Amino acid sequence: MALPQAKIDATDARLAGMDLPQGGWPAECRADALARVQAMGLPGRRDEYWKYTNPETLISAEVPQAALFDPQEPAMFDGVDRLKIVFVDGVFDADRSDDLSGEHLTIDRLADVANLDLHWAKDAYGTLEAKGQSPVQRPLAALNTAFATDGVLIHVTGAVSKPVNLIYEHSAVNSDAILHHVVKLEAGASLTILENGPAAARFNKVLEAFVADGAALNHIRTQGRDHERRAVTHMFAELGAESTFKTFTLTANGVLTRNECIVWLNGDEGVAHVAGACVGDGDFHHDDTVFITHDAVNCESRQVFKKVLRNGATGVFQGKILVKPDAQKTDGYQISQSLLLDDDSQFLAKPELEIYADDVACSHGSTSGAIDEEALYYLRSRGVPQGEATDLLTLAFLGEAVDEIEDRDLGEMIVERLQGWLTRHRR
Amino acid sequence: MAALDNVEVKEGVDQETVDAVREVSTYKYGWETEIEMEYAPKGVNPDIVRLISEKNNEPEWMTEWRLSAFERWEKMTEPKWAMVNYPEIDFQDQYYYARPKSMVEKPKSLDEVDPKLLATYEKLGIPLKEQMILAGVEGAEDMPAEGRKVAVDAVFDSVSVGTTFQEELKKAGVIFCSISEAIREHPELVKKYLGSVVPVSDNYYATLNSAVFSDGSFVYIPPNTRCPMELSTYFRINAENTGQFERTLIIADKGSYVSYLEGCTAPQRDTAQLHAAVVEIIVEEDAEVKYSTVQNWFPGDENGKGGIYNFVTKRADCRGDRSKVMWTQVETGSAVTWKYPSCILRGNESQGEFYSIAIANNHQQADTGTKMVHLGKNTKSRIVSKGISAGVAQNTYRGLVSMHPKAKNSRNYTQCDSLLIGDKCGAHTVPYIEVKNNSSRVEHEATTSKVDDEQLFYCRQRGMDEEEAVALVVNGFCKDVLQALPMEFAMEAQQLVAISLEGSVG
Repeated sequence: MALPQAKIDATDARLAGMDLPQGGWPAECRADALARVQAMGLPGRRDEYWKYTNPETLISAEVPQAALFDPQEPAMFDGVDRLKIVFVDGVFDADRSDDLSGEHLTIDRLADVANLDLHWAKDAYGTLEAKGQSPVQRPLAALNTAFATDGVLIHVTGAVSKPVNLIYEHSAVNSDAILHHVVKLEAGASLTILENGPAAARFNKVLEAFVADGAALNHIRTQGRDHERRAVTHMFAELGAESTFKTFTLTANGVLTRNECIVWLNGDEGVAHVAGACVGDGDFHHDDTVFITHDAVNCESRQVFKKVLRNGATGVFQGKILVKPDAQKTDGYQISQSLLLDDDSQFLAKPELEIYADDVACSHGSTSGAIDEEALYYLRSRGVPQGEATDLLTLAFLGEAVDEIEDRDLGEMIVERLQGWLTRHRR
Repeated sequence: MAALDNVEVKEGVDQETVDAVREVSTYKYGWETEIEMEYAPKGVNPDIVRLISEKNNEPEWMTEWRLSAFERWEKMTEPKWAMVNYPEIDFQDQYYYARPKSMVEKPKSLDEVDPKLLATYEKLGIPLKEQMILAGVEGAEDMPAEGRKVAVDAVFDSVSVGTTFQEELKKAGVIFCSISEAIREHPELVKKYLGSVVPVSDNYYATLNSAVFSDGSFVYIPPNTRCPMELSTYFRINAENTGQFERTLIIADKGSYVSYLEGCTAPQRDTAQLHAAVVEIIVEEDAEVKYSTVQNWFPGDENGKGGIYNFVTKRADCRGDRSKVMWTQVETGSAVTWKYPSCILRGNESQGEFYSIAIANNHQQADTGTKMVHLGKNTKSRIVSKGISAGVAQNTYRGLVSMHPKAKNSRNYTQCDSLLIGDKCGAHTVPYIEVKNNSSRVEHEATTSKVDDEQLFYCRQRGMDEEEAVALVVNGFCKDVLQALPMEFAMEAQQLVAISLEGSVG
């Protein structure tokens, strides 16, 4: 179907100021991705998939400015024994990054690989993004594949003990960063990836993860506390037999965030857990969009999303479980809940199931409401002041999502940050 | 039966049982009444719209209303978002008006109605006689005489054949007649309410309906009146290549109550037929309307040939405070269903309820659900939807729950469960939840599962055959909804659930 003229114009306007990075094997992948963008057009408000989130500022030619924000606390994963890779406004900072090497691990920068003969990466870059364009189009991910200026290509061949920490700093009010990472775990390998920081005034990030049979990828990310940044992120993960993929995201403010997570369970007995906690105060729009495809027998998927919203904040959840005809014995679970701390905030959800196999147990639940007055009364009658009691209940509400993090220490770090946020944003 | 050929015979079911099932004709209303018909020329254009209006002896304002709807419809495009697939409909290749020749001069009373038409309804189990009878229930004649009265408006293709108990209803102040009669006799009411709940340009099929609707029922319940009997409309499509576009308008004035039933069937044919209805319900202060449907249009044969395309817009507007509406539907028929009975909860403390069983077997496709739009304070809604898929059918629940900022302290509870029988079918859930204030609570739950083997085993152990066992388990699954139906419908629905699933177990 021909694209509406308005969409063509918006897409052309965005592409006009962009140069396709040249050179080496990625050039072809980038050209293909650009063709995809042009065929689909960039998202607009009238697209069903963007019904609840206005993509205008994510696709505008001009970058919306974001004031710098000093959180006055140590960066998120400081103190964790890790391999640090730092990007400032999307530009790699070699001085502050560790050596890009480790046991069972090779890491290359996308910006450097043009002339390296990196076989595995050639077959990987952009492939999951391309596959993820159906049945729903994700043009901003294709835009990323075409124009990403940097990113890391991580190849894992065994159990890696130290987490790889991708740190994204924001230093210019009008920075527009596009990063694209590819992670490939060979059979039986394991890795934890940590991500933190606001990244830029506007951030478009794609992470493609190939998790082979028996491999395990853990992913924990926090998206910074910068109040004005905008971000659109896509995480594509393809899972082999008996592999696991677990991801958790904490979002505390930020003007606009759209996090998409697309998972394919392609091998029997794969496990995928996608979780998120978000807290928003004021001018905050947070959108979690998840699409999990079960295409093998005996797989398990879980989606757990919790949102706390106040002062006109908006929370969006679009989650889908697609069970293909032969994916028998699927166990699919999805829960999305929001706690609205005042009357101005809103929660918009579209939890979908599409099921073509009969021997499955799939369920989803979604709730929205205010804090439980009775529980509040109970705490207050026992001498807990109103503010603290509210925080306590709010934290307990978010706790169910944080519990999805396997590593207890990391989980506690997240809880601490949430506590701090709630205290600062108390009425 | 194709659906059976594709399914492996399970252990414990002998081939004989499968063959026996194969023999059973599953759609018992597939016969046709041979009667002389009068048609408008094929296709739709302003002349046809004028012709329909003329046939109904409508006043000028109605003709204009239709024509402006037609003008808008021409500029619209068919919606494609539903999870259904069907060949392109040629809107010019069908009849928009068909009536039995004997109905050209409208009979003055039921005694004058063509006996063939009366026999048709008799055969359908809807006798057009003013007698105490539980419509549609076999053996009801033998039941004690305290059976409730049901007034019936019978619509045959494009016209209303007759309406029973009109005199008795008139005594209570209730108006129950065909919409064409209402346009002539009660223009002030029709003018005030028609199109006020489903605007002319609401959607593609509603707009088409506004232009070409031929007949349907009109109900007005005056203030503080409890309608003395249940009202029902029975829609029968008989003519070939004919679309049925009925229009129903129900107005429950302050403090009134009415229970309204709707039934529909059509003959078995190879070509698909279009049915695009609009139902509007206005519920004033303290009034209550119960609207129950057993939709049993011809679903197409087991190879997906023929059947009715059921594209229906139904909406209730709870305008007054403390008004209440309850939709109950059992959807077993139609090749393709596209239907979302909705509630606009405008009045404070108004309530909307939606109970649905949608069964799709063989090649049927159903995309159905509801919209609950909460606008008033302290409004409540409840959605219970049970979808059952068998054969190679696709069944989708699509719904919206919206809490507007002003709808303080409102409440919604949604439960949608899907049951899959066989591994070739699909069950889908597409709910939209929009909450814009924090004093309201919204809860949504959905599950999808298959018929529990243990439950089946238990039933079979006690001597039931597989078909019976599945029917029992499925009836248990649907219990919440069946209980919400008026009694005579509940019994029919229970049987329908069993019939629709015949041949789905192998």
